[in-house]
Amino acid sequence: MRVGLFIPCYVDQLYPQVAIATLNLLEKYGCDVDYPADQTCCGQPMANSGFEHLTQGCNDLFIKNFAGYDYIVCPSGSCTLHIKDHLHGSHGQEAADPAMGIRKKIYELVEFLTDILKVENIEASFPHKVGLHQSCHGQRGLKLAQMSELMAPPFSKPEKLLKMVKGIQLIDLARKDECCGFGGTFCVAEEAVSVKMGKDRVADHLHHGAEYITGADMSCLMHMEGILRRQKSTVQVKHIAEILDSKE
Amino acid sequence: MSKQDHAALADEFNKDEPRVDWHDKTLWFVREKRDKAAQKVPEWEWLRDTASKIKDNVLSNLSEYLTLFEEQATRNGIVVHWAADAKEHNEIVYGLLQRHKIDMMVKSKSMLTEECHLNEFLKEKGLDVVDTDLGERVVQLAGEPPSHIVLPCIHKKKEEIGEIFHEHLGTPAGNADPQFLTHAARLHLREKFLTRRAALTGVNFAIAETGEFVVCTNEGNADMGAHLAEIHIACMGIEKLIPQRKHLGVFLRLLTRSATGQPITTYSSHFKRPRPGQEMHIVIVDNGRSIQLGRKDFRNSLKCIRCAACFNTCPVYRRSGGHSYHTAVAGPIGSILSPNLDMKQYSDLPFASTLCGSCSNVCPVKIDIHEQLYRWRQVIVQEGYAPAGKKLAMKTMNWVLSNPSVYHTAGKAGRFFMLNAPFTVNNRLNPWWKGRDMPEVPKESFGQWYKKNRK
Repeated sequence: MRVGLFIPCYVDQLYPQVAIATLNLLEKYGCDVDYPADQTCCGQPMANSGFEHLTQGCNDLFIKNFAGYDYIVCPSGSCTLHIKDHLHGSHGQEAADPAMGIRKKIYELVEFLTDILKVENIEASFPHKVGLHQSCHGQRGLKLAQMSELMAPPFSKPEKLLKMVKGIQLIDLARKDECCGFGGTFCVAEEAVSVKMGKDRVADHLHHGAEYITGADMSCLMHMEGILRRQKSTVQVKHIAEILDSKE
Repeated sequence: MSKQDHAALADEFNKDEPRVDWHDKTLWFVREKRDKAAQKVPEWEWLRDTASKIKDNVLSNLSEYLTLFEEQATRNGIVVHWAADAKEHNEIVYGLLQRHKIDMMVKSKSMLTEECHLNEFLKEKGLDVVDTDLGERVVQLAGEPPSHIVLPCIHKKKEEIGEIFHEHLGTPAGNADPQFLTHAARLHLREKFLTRRAALTGVNFAIAETGEFVVCTNEGNADMGAHLAEIHIACMGIEKLIPQRKHLGVFLRLLTRSATGQPITTYSSHFKRPRPGQEMHIVIVDNGRSIQLGRKDFRNSLKCIRCAACFNTCPVYRRSGGHSYHTAVAGPIGSILSPNLDMKQYSDLPFASTLCGSCSNVCPVKIDIHEQLYRWRQVIVQEGYAPAGKKLAMKTMNWVLSNPSVYHTAGKAGRFFMLNAPFTVNNRLNPWWKGRDMPEVPKESFGQWYKKNRK
């Protein structure tokens, strides 16, 4: 299968190791992966700020880059959800709009591994205590894990994958799916609340002995990393792709 | 927008971090009580679904149900009044009190009257209104609006309530024992119940089929007021209807479990006709609701039964406090209702959210709250209420991100973000840097690595 790798702009620029780990994983499981060089951003930062009407340029570029693949895989729940919910072509012709096809074949990395590649075994080891941060858009939007608000049977796709990693010790959290407070431009527009939410989330992980905080969205992890570093903590963040691709 | 927006007011609230922690934990405790109560109902998700569909039916046939309700209520001997807006609502209530030469009234909890600012209106006319819900009485004595629609004084610690009671009710200074203070409030309110000739209540549910209405309280204060008064005025928004009495069970089972984790409110009182010698009035208020009903993206917000589950679960509400929303109905639901009332004044509220989606999941009538927050953002920007600086920043960002060559020639890895993203600029003017360190900028971007290693 031909997989188009969609790397969110901030991951491309600030966390290339996450993209490399994602690429490694997909290749390891036999995917024919291609990274279209002209990609930039899904448009979410503008859209979530109320400027969705400005994002047609991003939409058109995305369609041009990715329409030809069997699957599109992205190591971010948030960017994936944005494409799934909001990507649309220029002319508003719903039926013939290539965006509608893309919406159906884009997957976040974790769900691609569990639902499409049906990975049951991972050759990785990471002998550390790890806290899993359930990023909201991946969890509540893409339903990567059961949500604590709903009265329904539990499941967790990221946890299922992490449990296959040798030596890993997943810690429990007091609030297992509370938002970290990143929220895109919220992180600067509502700075006080955003930082407080981040501090509280980090504290939950630290209190339960995490050495690493992981998750399927680097943006949440970047926010928590900023707080950890400010606190001079030795605890680190790692994207789930890095742990699944880890050989320690 | 009002003088200070949500972000500024939340910043103020966050200057006292131990207080934020206390506020957050108090409300999270209520959220956990809700979870435990819901877990005990195997058909919980079915109930939510059913309630949502009943409200769909109500919203699609609202005029028929309103007409039927008016007919039935009138037949029962209730006088029905219609108010197009807050002003008319206030004048109707004032007119009724004037006709009876009443200048003092007891009131049980009604968020509608908060929305219409009835207390202030009547006070200006020289009337005395006493809120009889304990929490509402506390904030009324403190001269503040409620900060939460179910727990109006949740932002106050018991010691602060002790001080307020000392000042206004003469309790001993320094006494903050909840039982003692409640007893003091009870004696104070009993005198009001016995002497006031008029009582105003809200309405939780109005049943079209029978013309009766249901008021849910834990303290019985609505009943005390209504049963002792010569005139009972009940105020309701047009959306409070349910078609038949049999539908009530669905909502009563959801309401208080969602609100406080109790199986049901202590009192769920049905009012159907005035007792002999009493007058009973219902004021049915629109105040922007039919406009909201006409907004197809936002009409579902009218399903709200005011349980406040979305407040208690909201990580932003818990850490910013109800007053930071500067509106009668705060929290996530208030942030999608208020822009309909005044888009300019409340243009900040849809942005006071991370769009985490927890609100939509706890909502007992399944309002897609976080999706409506997203859509309100689009409307607010399109209607021209976005700050100019933000517009320019978004246009620049969009230009770069729509043009791969610009994005790439912005230079080596990280350069674009160093220039454009707020979280990479290391200075005191940068709101990211105030509470967080910046990410380290790597030697090369993934794009550059890929070119070297795979192509």
